[in-house]
Amino acid sequence: MTSETYVVAYECVEDDESVLDYAIASAKKTGAGLHIVHILEWSPYTFLTPQEIEERHGRRKEELTRAKEALLEPAMARVKAAGVPVDGEIRYGSIAELVVAITKEVNGTMIYVGRSGMHSISARVFGSVPLGLAQIAHVPTVIVP
Amino acid sequence: MRFNKLFPALAASLAPAPLMAQGIDETINTIFADYTGWYVSFIFAPLPGTTFSWIALWLVVGALIFTGYFGFIQLRGFAHSIQLVKGDYSDPNDAGEVSHFQALATALSGTVGLGNIAGVAVAVGIGGPGATFWMVVAGLFGMATKFTECTLGVKYRNEYPDGRVSGGPMYYITKGFAERGLPGGKILAILFCIFTILGALGGGNMFQANQAHAQLSGVLGDYPGWITGILIAIVTFMVIVGGIKSIASVTEKVVPFMGIFYVAVSLIILLMNINMIGWAFGQIFMGAFTGLGVVGGFTGALIQGFRRAAFSNEAGIGSAAIAHSAVKTKEPITEGYVALLEPFIDTVVICTMTALVIVITGVLNVDPETGLYVWNAEAGRISTQGEVAGVELTSAAFASVFSWFPALLAIAVVLFAFSTMISWSYYGLKAWTYLFGEGAAKEIVFKVIFCIFIVIGSAANLGPVIDFSDAMLFSMAIVNIIALYLLMPIVKRELSSYVARLQSGEIKRFKG
Repeated sequence: MTSETYVVAYECVEDDESVLDYAIASAKKTGAGLHIVHILEWSPYTFLTPQEIEERHGRRKEELTRAKEALLEPAMARVKAAGVPVDGEIRYGSIAELVVAITKEVNGTMIYVGRSGMHSISARVFGSVPLGLAQIAHVPTVIVP
Repeated sequence: MRFNKLFPALAASLAPAPLMAQGIDETINTIFADYTGWYVSFIFAPLPGTTFSWIALWLVVGALIFTGYFGFIQLRGFAHSIQLVKGDYSDPNDAGEVSHFQALATALSGTVGLGNIAGVAVAVGIGGPGATFWMVVAGLFGMATKFTECTLGVKYRNEYPDGRVSGGPMYYITKGFAERGLPGGKILAILFCIFTILGALGGGNMFQANQAHAQLSGVLGDYPGWITGILIAIVTFMVIVGGIKSIASVTEKVVPFMGIFYVAVSLIILLMNINMIGWAFGQIFMGAFTGLGVVGGFTGALIQGFRRAAFSNEAGIGSAAIAHSAVKTKEPITEGYVALLEPFIDTVVICTMTALVIVITGVLNVDPETGLYVWNAEAGRISTQGEVAGVELTSAAFASVFSWFPALLAIAVVLFAFSTMISWSYYGLKAWTYLFGEGAAKEIVFKVIFCIFIVIGSAANLGPVIDFSDAMLFSMAIVNIIALYLLMPIVKRELSSYVARLQSGEIKRFKG
């Protein structure tokens, strides 16, 4: 029986393959399950044109379908193939805040995140997701290089 | 919104764009004046014995009736509107959909602009500081009109199989009339669409392009208007036909910040003259009832204030109902609550800021002996420093404190004009597709026509054409407000049901 749940903040960039591998390996050792989270960055306070507003509902559907088929399902298949119990979800919002919120919802005991994006200019100015998680997470957070 | 016909002093204060082809202009002017002049005169006809056009009264009376019918919803529901915009009642599972804030911001980007900057100067210049009081009163009543039309816009919107969501008066007129068993819905909707298309090409396009060029040539020096027209047309074409969202996105981001910056600079000026704010409010209140020596007195102040507000925030025109209709909500009434903030921000906040700055900076000339404003009979307005009016008066008021402000104001006006054009290209397109059906080819036809009119608008001084298109915009209000009167019981039902469920706790608050 699964005793713990590890949350994997999955962006599906190159770094995240190693995040997934590392989380799978850790879960296997402890008998934990994985909860893969893919967050589509979104703020309700951005500005849109009238045309974008008209198309937003349809685009959201497309984005969710694409993320599910191209990112989440292949990742979950990999974890399943490794024999680790897995669950996953896609949500819209602020990445670090949502990963922490979801970790609380699923009673996660550990967060795994890749180091991706930490070197970009915007990350230096506004902070990156891994650094944000390191600051606000209520459970140990593993930043996988 | 900014309209040549309604702000003659404003139009006079802005240098007309140079003519590209005198002969063609004159021919078009003559044709329009001959065939449409009677209609323009009818729409803007003043009430007997006044200079107050009946169409302004139509908008104001509508606002009063909706205010009474919904029991001062703009006061009772104001706090709830803020909660909705903050997302307190938004389901987190709906993240990624259009939020209340986004719908409001998009609608505002279509209304906030030159009218808030120049129109107020015209109202204060003619009606005196007291016009501000009546402008605010009319803006407050207009909130109820927006509440009504935007609720209906969401309730009767269309959700297409490909996920697009859109609506507007043409849809609530058709569907709402059918639901209530009322005749003539289709005809009214078609009329509304015709007025919207022509209004979009004129007030929402040509006038914007014309004034954008006037501002640019004022800063850069005189040059042919068609150059501005072609440049704006190319950028607009790239956005509305080419689908280059980055340009539109940048504009949509910059314009709200321009608005915020404008209010911030106004606040700084007011804080720098904090000892005069009490005096300025005194001028506004006294002027509202006495006129402070301005010709027309109390009536003049009232007329100018009401006219300015009625024509500034588009309450009753129907355009806001198109902009607000795609929001994600299960309760149409929530968008009505959010939309009522629009006239508040547009008219009560931004217009009042402009008026206070004009009054406090002393650009209106006062007779030192009598303490009353000096009337310039020749110009038909209060004498001002440098004898400027309209946008130039606002610019002079701000420049008396910050000398760099006029250049920034010119940039702001151009961006506001572009943003308004993008919004009205969409409103016009929605009316076009209602009449001619959906389809890429049909839509391209309208978009290309829209771009061509940008060049015409900035290159020529087509007064009668613009007058006609202004008349079309206010014709939208005739059709729309008739429909609102007939459909307001539906809004009342929605409101009663929503308030009951809100009070019982059935409608869940997610945060706050």
